Order: sequence, then C-alpha cells, then structure tokens
Amino acid sequence: MSIFHQLTAKPWLTAKDTVETLHDRGTARKLALRVFLAVVTVLFMLLVVAYGRRMAYEDWRPSPQLGLLWANTFALVLSSVALQWAQFSVRRGTMDGMRVALLAGGAFTVVFLIGQILAWRQLGAMVYFDVANPAIAFFYLITGLHGLHLLGGLVAWGRTFAKVWGNFDVVRIRHSVELCTLYWHFLLGVWLVLFGLLFSGNNLDILLKLCGIR
Amino acid sequence: MSYVAHDESAFAPPAEVEEVELYHPKTWVGKYVWSQDAKVIAVQYAATAIGIGLVALVLSWVMRLQLAFPNSFSFIDPSNYLQFVTMHGMIMVIYLLTALFLGGFGNYLIPLMVGARDMVFPYVNMVSYWVYLFAVLLLTASFFVPGGPTGSGWTLYPPQAILAGTPGATWGIILMLVSLAFFIIGFTMGGLNYVVTVLQARTRGMTMMRMPLTVWGIFMATILALLAFPALFVSAIMMTLDATLGTSFFLPALVSRGQQLAHAGGSPVLFQHLFWFFGHPEVYIVALPAFGIVSDLISVHARKNIFGYRMMVWAILAIGGLSFIVWAHHMYVSGMNPYFGFFFATTTLIIAVPTAIKVYNWVLTLWRGNIHLTVPMLFAIGFIFTFINGGLTGLFLGNVTVDVPLSDTMFVVAHFHMVMAIAPVLVVFGAIYHWYPKITGRMLNDTLGKFHFWVTFVGSYAIYYPMHYLGFAGVPRRYYAIGGTDFIPQSAHSLNVAITIAALVVGVVQVVFLYNLIWSYFKGRASGGNPWNATTLEWQTPDTPPKHGNFGATLPVVYRWAYDYSVPGAVDDFIPQNVPPREVAGRNSSKT
Repeated sequence: MSIFHQLTAKPWLTAKDTVETLHDRGTARKLALRVFLAVVTVLFMLLVVAYGRRMAYEDWRPSPQLGLLWANTFALVLSSVALQWAQFSVRRGTMDGMRVALLAGGAFTVVFLIGQILAWRQLGAMVYFDVANPAIAFFYLITGLHGLHLLGGLVAWGRTFAKVWGNFDVVRIRHSVELCTLYWHFLLGVWLVLFGLLFSGNNLDILLKLCGIR
Repeated sequence: MSYVAHDESAFAPPAEVEEVELYHPKTWVGKYVWSQDAKVIAVQYAATAIGIGLVALVLSWVMRLQLAFPNSFSFIDPSNYLQFVTMHGMIMVIYLLTALFLGGFGNYLIPLMVGARDMVFPYVNMVSYWVYLFAVLLLTASFFVPGGPTGSGWTLYPPQAILAGTPGATWGIILMLVSLAFFIIGFTMGGLNYVVTVLQARTRGMTMMRMPLTVWGIFMATILALLAFPALFVSAIMMTLDATLGTSFFLPALVSRGQQLAHAGGSPVLFQHLFWFFGHPEVYIVALPAFGIVSDLISVHARKNIFGYRMMVWAILAIGGLSFIVWAHHMYVSGMNPYFGFFFATTTLIIAVPTAIKVYNWVLTLWRGNIHLTVPMLFAIGFIFTFINGGLTGLFLGNVTVDVPLSDTMFVVAHFHMVMAIAPVLVVFGAIYHWYPKITGRMLNDTLGKFHFWVTFVGSYAIYYPMHYLGFAGVPRRYYAIGGTDFIPQSAHSLNVAITIAALVVGVVQVVFLYNLIWSYFKGRASGGNPWNATTLEWQTPDTPPKHGNFGATLPVVYRWAYDYSVPGAVDDFIPQNVPPREVAGRNSSKT
C-alpha cells in the first residue's frame, strides 16, 4: 500500500478500514541500515556544501592533487565488486565463492585505508601543507570521516566473516552479506563524489554558479 | 447502535513482522542496570535527564539572582555568569528536553503503544543510553576542569567560543563539543530503534493511521533529529579541530589580544548555517513529541476523539518538512544576503499554518467535550495557552524588520522560553502525571499535583510575561549587568527583582513534584490497569507495571483507531483499540 494511501486512510471508519497488505517488508536490519545511510548522506552532504561554500571565496587555495588517490579509488571499487560477487555467490549457494569474495572485499578495503593513510602522509610532507588552509583541513576531515565509516563497516564485515566457517545459518549470513554489500556500494558512491570534489582543484566554477554559491 | 463484523480479520491487517525473541536477564543488574528492556531504559533516560535538568534549573536561579541583585553575590562574576547562561541553555535544550522526550517517552511509549514486545534492537537501545550518560558526564566534568565550562553562549559561535578571553575557551569548549558528539552518536543508536520499531514492529491491525498521535509526534521528531543532528556533529568536529589542531574551518584571519593568530580563511557564518540547520529542527524535535502527547492527553481527558486526526498527522509531517527550510531566521542579524531574509521570513510564516491547524484542532477537541480537569488535563490546557503566546511572539520575530531591533533583547528570551521551554515542560509534567500510574502502578497525589500545576503555570507567566516588556524597553540579553544605562528605566530593575522572585518560587515548587513522585511510589493509591479509561494499547497490558515483553503470552490485535471515546451506542465512553467489533455493543469496563 502506498504511503499516500496510508496517509489518506480514514481510521475512524472501523468497518471500512479493511484488510490491507502492508508495504513490502525487508528485514528490520535492512531498514535500519537504510535509515542510517540517510543519516550518513546528510552528514557528507553538509560537508560537501560547506566545502563548496568555502571554494567560492576568492582566497581559495585548493589542496594539491595526489595521484595515489586514483589507486585508492581503484582498490575501493574492487572491494565493492568483490562484495557484490560475495552477494551473488551466497544467493546461488556457492559458499566457497562467497568466502573468497568476502575475504577479497575486506582485503581491498584494508588496502584502500592504508592507501588513504599514505596519502595523508604524502600531503603532510609537501611544501603546500598548511593546516590553516581550509582546503587542506577539509581534505583530512572528509577523508578521515569516510575512512571511519569504512572502519565501522569492517567491524560488521569481520563479524560476518567470522561466522561463515563450519555450520552456519545460510539465511542469516545472506542477510549480513547483503547488508555489507549495500553499505560498501554506498560508501563507494560517497567516495566518488568526495573524490571528485577533492580532486577538482578550482575547476567547479560552473557547478558553483549553478548552485548559486559563486 | 452496535458494530457487528462478519469476519473480524477484516478489521485487523496482518502483523508486520514475526515475534521477536527477547533477552531475559537473570540478575538484578541485568534487569535494572544493563537493561535491554525499553521501559527500564526509558526510566534511566528520564532520571538522568531530569537530574542534569535540575542542575540547569539551579544555574538559572544564579543568573536571575545576578540580574535582580547585581553585585550582591561574590560567587557570580561576569565569566561564570556567561558560563551559567551557556550551560543552562545547552543542558535544557539537548540533555534534558531532547533526551527526555525521545529517550524517555519514546522508549517507554513506542513499543507499548504500537503493540510491540520491545524495541527492535534492544542491545543497541541499551548502548544508546550508556553513551548518553557518558555524554552527560563529560558535560558535567567541564564544571571541574581548569577554566570551567564554556561561556560562549549555547550557540557556541566561533570565533569567540575558542579564543582566549572567552570563559572555558581551553578545556570547557572541548568537553562541550566532544560531549555533543557523543550525545549524537548515542541518539542515533536510539533513533534508529524508534524509527524501525514504528515501521516494522507494529502489532496486527496497527496501521500507521491507527497509531496514537503521541507515536506520530515522537516518530517524526526522531526522523528530524536523525537528519538534523549530523549538522551539529560536523560543526562540533570542525570546531574541535580548529581549537586543537589549528585548522581554520570557522576562524578567519584575526587579531586577538594584540596578536595576529595563525588562523586564516575560515568562515564564522558557515558555523552559524550549520548550527541552525540543526538548531531550528531542534525546536520541533522538542515540540513534535509535545504536540503528539498533548493531543492524546486532551482526547483522553475530554472523553472525545481528537478533532481532525488525519489533519493532525499531515500537520506533523508538514511541520517536519518545513522545519528544514527556516533555519536562517535565527541569523537575520548575521549580515547575510537580505533576499535570504525574505525567503526565510516567508517560510517561517508558512510553518505557522500547520502549527495553527494543530492548535485549532486541540481547541475543537475540547469544544463540547466532557472535560475532566485532572492534573494531566490542566497541564495540557496550560500548554495550549503557553504555546499560543509563544507562537504569536514568534510571528514578531519571524519578520526581519521586527526581529532586527528585538534580536538581542529580553524579548527573544521571553519568546523562546514560552514556546520552547515552558510549553514542552508543561507537556512533560502532564505526561508524567498521565503515565506514572502505568509505570509504577500507583496514582500521583492529586492535591499536590494541582498545587504543582498552578504554581508552575502562574509562576511561569510571572517570569516571562514581564520579560517581553523588558525586551521592548531595550533591556539586552546575555548581559551580566546593565548598570546605569540611561534608556532603561528604574521600573525595569524592579521588574527584574519580581521576575527573579517568581523564578525562585517556580524552581522551589518543583521539589513538591519530586516529593510527589517518591511519596506516591510507596504510598500512592493503587491505580489499576487503566485508571483514565483510555483506549490505547499501553493501558491494556495484562500487568501494571507491564512486565518485560509487555503483553503477556499473545500480542494484542488492533481493530480500531486510538480515539473511540463517547461512541454512540457503546456501553462505556471508550473502546480500547484491541476490542473486536462484536464485543462493542455489550462490553463494559471489566473486559479491559
């Protein structure tokens, strides 16, 4: 039943408020994750808007572009692909494939996170490094928050990975893998937006003008 | 007239999810300390919130003493006056009202009212409370660190919040920001629970539009909080980095105490935007649960269905949506583009429409109702008066040209205390008087309750009504002392004394309330399961107080909305939500 129909129901008419097939049910965990993703979306959206507003100032000095971020992005894409493979495998019942893919997903994520730390160190060693430059500070803040979200994801991934050995409840594991996959795809999407933003230098003039910021 | 159904399942759509397996602790500590029962967590939240709220109440006394009798108290100097202002505001808004409405009432009422055994994620719910308690302890710790708590005002505006010269600019502000971050993390855990429980764990027949308005209010407020708190979270992290690592998110190049600081390029207005993107929805995070609860109190105690239920739900949704596009009406004096001011003034006036609809509907519910002037009802009616008063002055301040001269005066203090402090607190009291019998199995003392109501209600008006006049006279807010300023007449000083006396009286009378809570717990009259003859599910539990799992062996099935009061043809003047249609004609109270 659509939300519109629900909101236009007349609950005081007992006799007419007949059987309704309530909206499609996912599991509670999946719904909770989706609500959480909405919260995280707002968090990063606000950071992007704050970054964009600051870019509009005339004294904006963009942070230098780090080539390493391309490699990191590739690692995160691979982790997302691996988890998608794990989801595909668990749905088809090929548990060995699921285990390998799950392991690969976690490993690529760790590679990404190590890469991000290396990027931090690279930037810190450059002559451009100036903590008072908002672009530099935003770089650390945004990548740091994104990395923390991935770390949180790795905790859930670790709990799932620990359960896929020996006898396990396939339905439960399938749900867990699906949740991990959704979370990783989401964080990949967020990262692609952030990467575009951080790598844009000073080239978002048209976008800023479209948004009315510049 | 009687209702007869051929197939009762027609009235009760299927349950949304299978029954959950509850964790049943064996030890006292497991039941009452590390509890996963939403009802116990609710009491933990409420006790903590009220405890820290009492600290904030005492702080307000100290402020009022200074304003009425300047330079008379050696323990109040300009620095700690500002610290008290700051801590009073932040504690009351976040750590008391938000925590009490969502963590307290949300935890207690959502599962019971929607017919669930508990929250969907009880363990996360438990962690939510402990993180909240940690946040409260962090905040309290700031009273004891070098320099004391922050004195930057509850809005924590940079640059001054983190610059030398502002009280608590070293330790205090950091503790405040970290505490806020933990509060938000804790709330997010709880908030996910409230939303998912409402959407997923409703019992059979409990459609969204059969939910009591209390649940709707808390549900929508939770969604607002989940989407608004990230703004505060982001700004708290950014300001913490500015204060500790020397970043410049919010700090422009500036000279402080004759020295050029290393900061450059930050934007203080960016903080204001982020803060108020959270701050204005925060008003409704507090108000929407109050709206919902007061709707139910009025309906139950006027023995009449709520007028315009659907409109009430839509108004809650509309207010929730609009509350995200009015934030900059708090920033008319920040120097922002005047066209923004025009936009935000317009949206501010638009949000008055659904709010007014709610007020009309409350009044129309009372109209020709069988009004029982019980203590909860007194508080509910007191809320309507106070909310209208506070709302009307909001129309003043929502307009740029009126706001600019009034912005830094006591008029603003009077306005937001009427609309956001007194009004919701009256609902909190009404709700406690209403649900205390379910929580403890005993009634609160009626005489003490009425005494508490009248002194609190009349006393609040004695505090805040004159404050509007002080604002018109130009008495500034946030000032430690106004001294011998020419344009402020002597009568303003006299009013200040009168306000302070009223504030002290209102504060002291809360002791009567606390005494009533404790005395009634041991000596109060036994309440029975449904002392108010109410229809909603929390009053239909087999045990009072409800045991873990709430509803005994089987969950209730819901056949009707929550407002079947004084239905023509029915024997009683109320029909509980779980009474099937065939039982309506001949049922009496004993069947509840």
